[in-house]
Amino acid sequence: MPDVSLTVDGRKLTAPAGTLLIEACKSAGIEVPSFCYYPNLPLQGACRMCVVKVEKMPKLQTACTTVVTEGMIVATDSDEVRQARKAMVELLLGNHPLDCPVCDAGGECELQDMTFSYGAAESRFMEAKNHREEQQWSPVAYFDRPRCILCYRCVRVCGEAMDVWALGVQNRGVNSVIAPNQDDHLECEECGMCIDICPVGALTSGAYRYKTRPWEMNHVGTVCTHCGDGCKTTLGVRRCDTGMEIVRGDNRDKSGINNDFLCIKGRYAFDFAHNDERLTQPLIRKNGKLTPSTWEEAFGLIGKRFAEVRDKDGGSAIGVVGSNRTTNEENYLLSKFARVVLKTNNLDHHRTADYAAFAAALHGKPGKTASMREVFNAPAMLLIGNDPTNQHPLLAWQIRNNVRLHRSRLYVINSAPIKLRRQTAGFGLVPTGAEARAIAFLAGDDSLLDSLVSDITNRDAWSALRDKIRAEQNLVIAFGSELRGADIQKLVNFASSLTAVKLICLSDYANSRGAADMGLYPDLLPGYQPASSADKFHHEWGGLPTEKGLSLPEMVDAAKAGKLKALYVVGSNPIGRLSIDPFVFSKSFVVVQDMFLTETATIADVVLPAANAYEKSGTCTNTCGDLQLVKKAGEVTGTKPDFEMIVRIADAMGFDVRKLVPFGGGTHADMGQTRGAQSGEADRHAVWLEAHNLEPKMTPFDPIAILDEIQRLVAGYDVSRINLLAGNDQHIEIAESGPSVLHKPELIVPANDDLFSSGTLGRYSHTLNSVMENKPAETDVAAD
Amino acid sequence: MKFSEEFESRFTEMLTHYPTKRSVLVPTLLYAQDEIGSLTGEIIAELAQRLDLTELEVRNVISYYSMLTTKPRGKYNVQVCTNIACMLRGGEELLDHCKKKLGIGHKGTTQDGLFALEEVECIGACSWAPAIQVNYDFHENLTIEKMDKVLDEYRKKGTQ
Amino acid sequence: MASLVSHPDEVRVVSKRFGQGATNIDRYVDLDGYKAVQKALGMQPDEIINEVKSSGLRGRGGAGFSTGMKWSFVPKQSAKPKYVLCNGDESEPGTCKDRLIFEHDPHAVIEGVMIAAIAVGSHTGYIYIRGEYRYVSIIMQKAIQDAYARGFLGKNIFGSGYDLDIYWHGGAGAYEVGEESALMESLEGKRGIPRIRPPFPAIVGLWGGPTVINNAETLASVPHIMLGGSEWYAGIGTPKNGGTRLFCLAGNLNKPGVYELPMGYNLKKMIYEVGGGIPGGRKLKAVVPGGSSTPVLLPQEIDVPMDFDSLAKAGSMLGSGGVVVLDDSTCIVKFALRTIKFYQHESCGWCIPCREGTDWLKKTLTRFHAGAGLKKDIDNIYYLAENMLGKTFCPLGDAAAMPTMAFVKKFRKEFEDHLEGRPCPFEKVGAVEQLPVMA
Ligand SMILES: Cc1cc2nc3c(=O)[nH]c(=O)nc-3n(C[C@H](O)[C@H](O)[C@H](O)COP(=O)(O)O)c2cc1C
Ligand code: SF4
Ligand code: FES
Repeated sequence: MPDVSLTVDGRKLTAPAGTLLIEACKSAGIEVPSFCYYPNLPLQGACRMCVVKVEKMPKLQTACTTVVTEGMIVATDSDEVRQARKAMVELLLGNHPLDCPVCDAGGECELQDMTFSYGAAESRFMEAKNHREEQQWSPVAYFDRPRCILCYRCVRVCGEAMDVWALGVQNRGVNSVIAPNQDDHLECEECGMCIDICPVGALTSGAYRYKTRPWEMNHVGTVCTHCGDGCKTTLGVRRCDTGMEIVRGDNRDKSGINNDFLCIKGRYAFDFAHNDERLTQPLIRKNGKLTPSTWEEAFGLIGKRFAEVRDKDGGSAIGVVGSNRTTNEENYLLSKFARVVLKTNNLDHHRTADYAAFAAALHGKPGKTASMREVFNAPAMLLIGNDPTNQHPLLAWQIRNNVRLHRSRLYVINSAPIKLRRQTAGFGLVPTGAEARAIAFLAGDDSLLDSLVSDITNRDAWSALRDKIRAEQNLVIAFGSELRGADIQKLVNFASSLTAVKLICLSDYANSRGAADMGLYPDLLPGYQPASSADKFHHEWGGLPTEKGLSLPEMVDAAKAGKLKALYVVGSNPIGRLSIDPFVFSKSFVVVQDMFLTETATIADVVLPAANAYEKSGTCTNTCGDLQLVKKAGEVTGTKPDFEMIVRIADAMGFDVRKLVPFGGGTHADMGQTRGAQSGEADRHAVWLEAHNLEPKMTPFDPIAILDEIQRLVAGYDVSRINLLAGNDQHIEIAESGPSVLHKPELIVPANDDLFSSGTLGRYSHTLNSVMENKPAETDVAAD
Repeated sequence: MKFSEEFESRFTEMLTHYPTKRSVLVPTLLYAQDEIGSLTGEIIAELAQRLDLTELEVRNVISYYSMLTTKPRGKYNVQVCTNIACMLRGGEELLDHCKKKLGIGHKGTTQDGLFALEEVECIGACSWAPAIQVNYDFHENLTIEKMDKVLDEYRKKGTQ
Repeated sequence: MASLVSHPDEVRVVSKRFGQGATNIDRYVDLDGYKAVQKALGMQPDEIINEVKSSGLRGRGGAGFSTGMKWSFVPKQSAKPKYVLCNGDESEPGTCKDRLIFEHDPHAVIEGVMIAAIAVGSHTGYIYIRGEYRYVSIIMQKAIQDAYARGFLGKNIFGSGYDLDIYWHGGAGAYEVGEESALMESLEGKRGIPRIRPPFPAIVGLWGGPTVINNAETLASVPHIMLGGSEWYAGIGTPKNGGTRLFCLAGNLNKPGVYELPMGYNLKKMIYEVGGGIPGGRKLKAVVPGGSSTPVLLPQEIDVPMDFDSLAKAGSMLGSGGVVVLDDSTCIVKFALRTIKFYQHESCGWCIPCREGTDWLKKTLTRFHAGAGLKKDIDNIYYLAENMLGKTFCPLGDAAAMPTMAFVKKFRKEFEDHLEGRPCPFEKVGAVEQLPVMA
């Protein structure tokens, strides 16, 4: 679009035609105040705070609804304008309770700020203020009408942006009130966006209210640990008896891939971290009972037993299960530890997506994966399987708002009429499990059409859908775990036949992608390198076992057969999540690192109390392959990060930990100096570490010490360290990975979490539980 | 939910007047209220379903319009205008008189359910002030005496 | 049914058929009905628009915008259907004229809508009637039915090949819905919240299509212009203010009623001759010349021609034709309070200045009138109104602010007389008794 030039407060500006005056001003650093204006939400023109003087216009104009025009002359700070704004604030304060000292929003309230700027502190009003009692709308949402300034942000974010439409406006005039959909309570997705977006303290969160004052918190920007989308979240933390407590989660600074979006889990479900059932001492089974002990005793015992088994029965008698929620550094370390120290390839994790097949299909095809940011701007999108509203809330948000704001075209192929169908330009309902057939049909196989038709999508609709999809010049395809193995290859082949396509393989946990990328596989090393032939790892890590290891189900079988003598489970609950008979491990020496006494921990011989993702640093990779920095926010005394525990076990086994973690001087990790154009990065690295309070200790427990090795050895991870440490997301190319091995489709087991559950973690979140309990019982869940 | 045949045929016909279903909402609510007495939860649910709206949306609309009510009120709703033209010609005195005579206040209903009283804004009878409406019927150029007669007539009609 | 009045100075155009049984379609046709629309069908759309433009017809809804000009803004080509919407929400206090037109001459409104539709190339019209006017809507319903039965509406009207449907639509009690964009929201089945403008309805209106919105009296005048010619019509009024207007004389008058007088008729004459003067030997105190939103005029200001431009010059507005006369027994503070109470009740609540401003004005004026006013309140009242003026989302806020400012400015002394616990000098009962209970 051509630019227009205008003059604001005597300064010459240019802005693309069609820009709103308020945005043009903002880009030039001229702040025009507003309550009701909110980027990407429908215009309201309701609060009148943004009034400015536009030359040749008789009245003041609202900058939020005025589009810039050539030659426009604007004054944003004249006496007339200031007076108008001051009067607006005075009027608002007239009925405002001014209970700032006890208001959650006190200190970060837009009305307070505005009062401060326009000096409307003196009251002209004597009469009683209109009063109404505060209401509780849900376990997490409270509404205080007197504080509400009716900016309608909540109504719009709930309706337009979330497509939930649970809030409305009732009554008229001064009696107008924001109302929830169920008379006196809310039935919704509980995302809390309404609370987040409220400029004052009218909507407050049950999780945060009355807990602290904003200025008493420290804020740490990190990554949400719940689903695979990897939302950036800013955690508000403060000191408490047991360390550092997380009291709030939001992304008000819009700094991440999620802009200001968070779902219920990201916003409130950090509370598992302070669950009373948190383990804070190592436990050792003595006389059949798990008994508190010391770290020294625990590591000593584990080291001794692991070494015994390895030396007597061989590494193949040991199984290792990694985690979808630990960091890349921890997963990489575990992968290395298993192979180098335990001498086993019996390594696996709870796979919720077939990344191995995805990597194989895209091997050597660069630029074919889409980032989460790209979803928001793609001209067209195809979703196959999955229900993002429940399983990938951020992805759903990106898709929905891309359709709404950019008129992107969405096509959905699903076995259920998922909520996102409301945004579709084409919807294909397939019989359960027939997603792959639909792809074959899209690719041109008409013989399958009959098996796809349904009431919702008949033959013509399928043909029309195919034509539309094939006509797209620029498409992002996201697919769920319905597609595995060879089906992914077929999808990639179809995608390659279209003009420009990028793909996203959807997985369920915060670092599922990272677990796969870091080689938590029995036959694949980091970067999907086959364990049998990955020369660079042999070279770097030293002697590795090359025979194919056991997958998780095979480990179970081996345990049944008495051949698995030891099992090391890091941050995973396979017994609880994968319905494994707990008795099969009764003859194995089982070590579990976890936060809670999970089903798996209950049968362990040693349980080590672990820190969670909010309590450590490192990186993780989301479902799209976006790499982000994880920063330590909370702390619970008595726990340790998995990274440290792995290193301590290696040490207890008598292994030289320098060979595991290249820390300090004299290691063969080069910290980046030899990388030509990027040399000198190590210095910058140090500066960054210092600037970001990451304390460059260079101890064997510093995960950053191994990041360099990851960047060097894991294909695709060689991204800018500076950007990473600055908190920016960076996309990882899976195409550079090694040609992978096709696995059995049964190895993929979806987590089946929805908005209100989060694997084992979710069970320990009071907030999620209270919201679940508050939901009305499902009416007729017909067994059809 | 059972409406009269007249309601149903009007509803069906009205739907053909507009490109969107929800356009019939406001007049339909008023007709439903005229028939049932007030806009009950059941009516709201029914109309929401018929017009593909959420109940919340229907409530949002109801609460905006002065004539719509979710609470039952007396059979004869005596609406006394006290806006400027009527006020200048005794509208307020009429209202006071009604309050005393019926023993109820603004938006009250008599115990026998016969009368409701409401102070209303301008009803478009300024040149014939003071004026009232009982339900939809206008009574204009009133005096206290004429007002009494009007009320008596409705009482007679309502108790027959 | 409302009673009719007459005065020799009246020029009967719109009210020509009042009391003549013209609700009956045969009678209407006998009285030259449906001739104008047939004439329009034989004209080019631009010819119709030019005719209306040169007639000097200005909107009778309140703002007085040139009707022909408004029609000319509608794009000739439009992907979306175009609409004509007749505004019969009549709710401005002091106004009761559209009701009479609907009651006595409903076909004239229908015919006006038809001509507007033909002029802008629309095939659907709506006549929005306020919910309180139930009997009026029944008359209108019948009239539309009869017109369809005659083939005047529907497919191929008058054998012209032109299809045209007209429907009536009912409101449910909301003044703000008379504002044109809120009117469209209401017709679409929503809360009556006005829309952001631009785009104006002529470009983006009902369901996104270009829409002409005119007051019922405006549209009822159109057939007469088509038949009588623009020159004749323009000649009745004053320059730039063509034709006649239905003036609703109300308040303290001997002969209140709705009179049709030429534009520019002298206000003083209107009060003392047409309206029969003030009853009970009382003196004139003030006049609200065009509905409650128009600034009040003092007795010395009423020697003024009643047209849009002259009243603007006099610091007020011609508005909707509601002339409310106050005699010297009226308490201005109370009158101001009653006026603001209306706007407080009717504010849609969308924007801060109107929602909060009307509420605080009402609260302050209530206390003030009850005798608990402070000196600073007078300035405060003015300050509030002044800060609403021109800053609200739609003109309702202005409608509340303008008369309030005029009351304070022109009757400051009377406000001062209410100070220091003094009972309202006009009140029979001790005003202090009415003090609102303060929480
Ligand atoms: C608050 C408010 C209320 C209004 N009420 C009415 C009304 O009841 N009837 C009407 O015709 N115009 C009303 N108007 C004016 C309309 O917005 C619009 O200008 C008019 O219908 C246009 O018709 P006209 O050009 O024929 O006057 C109102 C305007 C405002 C701001
Ligand atoms: S001025 Fe504002 S609050 Fe008042 S009616 Fe208009 S939009 Fe609604
Ligand atoms: S930001 Fe422009 S009116 Fe609210």
